Amino acid sequence: MANSETRDNYRATIGIECHVQLKTKTKLFSGADNDAREAAPNTLVNHIDFGLPGALPVLNEEAVRLACRAAFALGSEPQKFSKFDRKHYFYPDLPMGYQITQFDEPIILGGKVDIIVGGQTRTIGITRAHIEADAGKSTHPAGKDYSLVDLNRAGTPLLEIVSEPDMHTAEEAKLYARELWLRMKYAGVSYANLYYGNMRFDVNVSVSKTDQLGTRTETKNLNSFRSVEKSVEYEIGRQIDVLESGELITQETRGWDDASQKTFSQRTKEEAHDYRYMPDPDVPPVVLSQAYIDEIKATMPAQLDEYRHVMEQIGIDAKTAGDIIAVPDTAMTVKRIYEAAGAAHAKRVAFWLLQPQTSDGDEEQAAKEAESVQEDNLDNQLIKLSQMVQTNKLSSTAAKEVLVDVQKTGDDPEKVAQQKNLLQVSDAGAITKIVTQVLAENEKAASDVRNGEMKAIGFLVGQVMKASKGAANPALATELIKKELGI
Amino acid sequence: MTWEPIEDIAAKVNKGELNAVDLVDTSLNAIRQKEEFKAIIAIIPERARERARHIDEKVASGERAGRLAGVPFIAKDNFLVFGAETTAASNMLKGFNAPYQATVIERLEAEGAICVAKANLDAYAHGGSTENSDFFTTRNPHDKTRVPGGSSGGSAASVALGLTPFALGTDTGGSTRQPAGFVGCVGYKPTYGLMSRSGIVAMASSTDTVGVLASTVQDTALVVDVIAGKDDLDSTTIARQQEGYLPGAASVAGKKIGVIKEYMGEGVSDGVRKQIEASIERLQKAGAIITEVSLPSLSLALAVYYILCPAEISSNLSRYDGQRYGYSYEDAKDLSESYTKSRAIGFGNEAKRRIMIGTYVLSSGYYDAYYKRAQIVRTKLIQEAVSAFEAVDFLVGPVAPTTAFKIGERADDPLAMYLADTMTVAANLIGIPSVSIPCGMSNGLPVGMQIMAPQRADRELLTVAAAVEEAVQ
Repeated sequence: MANSETRDNYRATIGIECHVQLKTKTKLFSGADNDAREAAPNTLVNHIDFGLPGALPVLNEEAVRLACRAAFALGSEPQKFSKFDRKHYFYPDLPMGYQITQFDEPIILGGKVDIIVGGQTRTIGITRAHIEADAGKSTHPAGKDYSLVDLNRAGTPLLEIVSEPDMHTAEEAKLYARELWLRMKYAGVSYANLYYGNMRFDVNVSVSKTDQLGTRTETKNLNSFRSVEKSVEYEIGRQIDVLESGELITQETRGWDDASQKTFSQRTKEEAHDYRYMPDPDVPPVVLSQAYIDEIKATMPAQLDEYRHVMEQIGIDAKTAGDIIAVPDTAMTVKRIYEAAGAAHAKRVAFWLLQPQTSDGDEEQAAKEAESVQEDNLDNQLIKLSQMVQTNKLSSTAAKEVLVDVQKTGDDPEKVAQQKNLLQVSDAGAITKIVTQVLAENEKAASDVRNGEMKAIGFLVGQVMKASKGAANPALATELIKKELGI
Repeated sequence: MTWEPIEDIAAKVNKGELNAVDLVDTSLNAIRQKEEFKAIIAIIPERARERARHIDEKVASGERAGRLAGVPFIAKDNFLVFGAETTAASNMLKGFNAPYQATVIERLEAEGAICVAKANLDAYAHGGSTENSDFFTTRNPHDKTRVPGGSSGGSAASVALGLTPFALGTDTGGSTRQPAGFVGCVGYKPTYGLMSRSGIVAMASSTDTVGVLASTVQDTALVVDVIAGKDDLDSTTIARQQEGYLPGAASVAGKKIGVIKEYMGEGVSDGVRKQIEASIERLQKAGAIITEVSLPSLSLALAVYYILCPAEISSNLSRYDGQRYGYSYEDAKDLSESYTKSRAIGFGNEAKRRIMIGTYVLSSGYYDAYYKRAQIVRTKLIQEAVSAFEAVDFLVGPVAPTTAFKIGERADDPLAMYLADTMTVAANLIGIPSVSIPCGMSNGLPVGMQIMAPQRADRELLTVAAAVEEAVQ
């Protein structure tokens, strides 16, 4: 492996192609359900996805609408004219023998996104983005003489975002990937759930000692920010080693092996297909009016800046706000709760939802965000939970315990608290009984308090809480202790 | 066997004066009696009789059973239809049972029409004689040693033989009009997009249309009126004309009719020219204003068509890969062999020829020289047609340069076979409606006259066709 001095002589150049799954209800060209997450294989397939004779693709307008939103989220504008083309190759998970994509007139041309690297803003150019239909999924069971094809994913709408080769380090590649993820999520373009492959990255890497770009390789199908970073890092090192040993880089497609943290050769340029692109005569070109484009611009969901503003309104400090915004689902929940129930509840919920390990917006978090509970239902439950704390029905500690269950099940927090026996006892009679008992058992402390040593009252309240298994309302307990001691 | 006008048949069924079941049996009997012409690939007796019984019961219970109640029809075997296999006359699709039906079949059924059989064609509609059928060649009803034209030869022969009052074909480059001309019936190709292609085995998507074949323009127009219009399953479909497609008051008087110069020159047989000229004379006598019109790019239309059409065919036939349905080579060692053998064995020679041409013209390095250039010429042709229609209402000429040729005469010469399309492909490339109507005989064989109208002027075309039909007979 080349030493760091040798490595410093090379400059890497990185471009990224990102496939974003659009969150439409149905597929790009058919009415079949687009949510393949938990479906049994080949159950979300109709005559179009199966490539039956006579089946014609019909463009899903919602996909176009989402792509237009993506255009604005990428600092661009949708093209008024774009069209679909057929890209031909044979594979069992491609039922029609061609993929429908946008070849030379895509819906998005140009654009840019900023990333912050070491405190400095760097602008990454977007070359283009086009809509295309995904292929199905092939699996090749080890040791078997057959392969399996699942067409549930066949026809799922994707937006492929192609960056300019504007990145030069693995960190920049990772930050860019994460920035795209945030933008797609905030624009409501995609569920952007990395665990389910809603976003996949292909990284193009080359290294060179001069201004002339080196031969590049493309590492395909990376599904986490970490693998983007690690594969770029690995590929830069590998290419430098190859060049330093006097050999040449082969232009090729490579894969990423997560276990060994290495890239491996998949297909060289000589084996590349001639895709025989041609305009798809079944799908008329997409022609957008200015009014349509304006309407989408006007109805864009809140973007990052707006979220920063909301966090400020709620009274959350900038550092914490940054952490919340890095987890879009949390930020969105907080914003919704702010709008529905005001700053106090929003702030409380924000701190509940903010978990330290999520602050870098990593993919594990995304995996956890499998939307098992309906959004608005959960919002209501969170507000209710916050109200319970506000009205002393629940302690902050107990609320966190209830929260875990509510998030999982979407159940009513009051019911959960009851079942877990966590509701605060604000019944003076019940607490008085405990107070009497505690005072009897702790005569020394009681007399200290009577003698004006008010510090000891904290100890007594603690004992009451302990005896009530945390259910007693501490404020009420303090009051009753004072009353019993006649002070 | 001759049928009453479709409108009358349906009226009688709706009144209970005719039984749908009897009509189906009449048709199935006719099919049996005319088996020697080999027009039919498969009959659909069970489903047809069941539908007929249902219609008769409906009528008996006092309900109306639709504008085509009980009217039997035959569909070219590239329409997906319940009750029989859909093979497109190809070995590749032998045994394929459609799990959904073509939109136009649904629309016909909704008005009470009954599909009784599937007609022969050149496999995948590639051809002009039905000789490219992977199964057998259909015979011309006027001369069994001759072809019925194609690719909708089975449908055209069915109408000429009186097997049903009408039949469905497809017309990608003339496949409905040319066989109509060869057998002597009406063959209608609508404006591109007027009828849904959903559920029809695709040939060349940018020129594919449904074709309607019947004995008279009136019958043709009624069927057009039932099936025309937008379909959510085909994004290239267009809205119906508001007035519908039943011909208005028919007269050619005062109509400006342009005779296409390029279609009356060299290569047109004397017999055909004579009949066309005589017909034009009759139109003039009936008050039409006749002029000669030239579309210079027409001479290139056939070349353009045989670049663009194979390009789309090579793409559309990709799905027949032996992996999900249709013919699949059983003993493949690996995936690659499964693909190559399934396609090499499953496709006939003409399909393979067109796949190879199409693959070639779309290949990188050749795309610009062939596909792109052909598209440029196609655009020019469209412009020439638009300006021609500024001067005249309709364009006329023969539908084919000759009458029906002998079986086997051109079978070994694909180029000679392609020339049979020379006068029909332009309407497909331009996307305009065009109809072939019988205009006399030459040496005992029918001659067809072709009339074309501007895009979306289908109603006007059917109206003038009814007048021409009257004038030339």
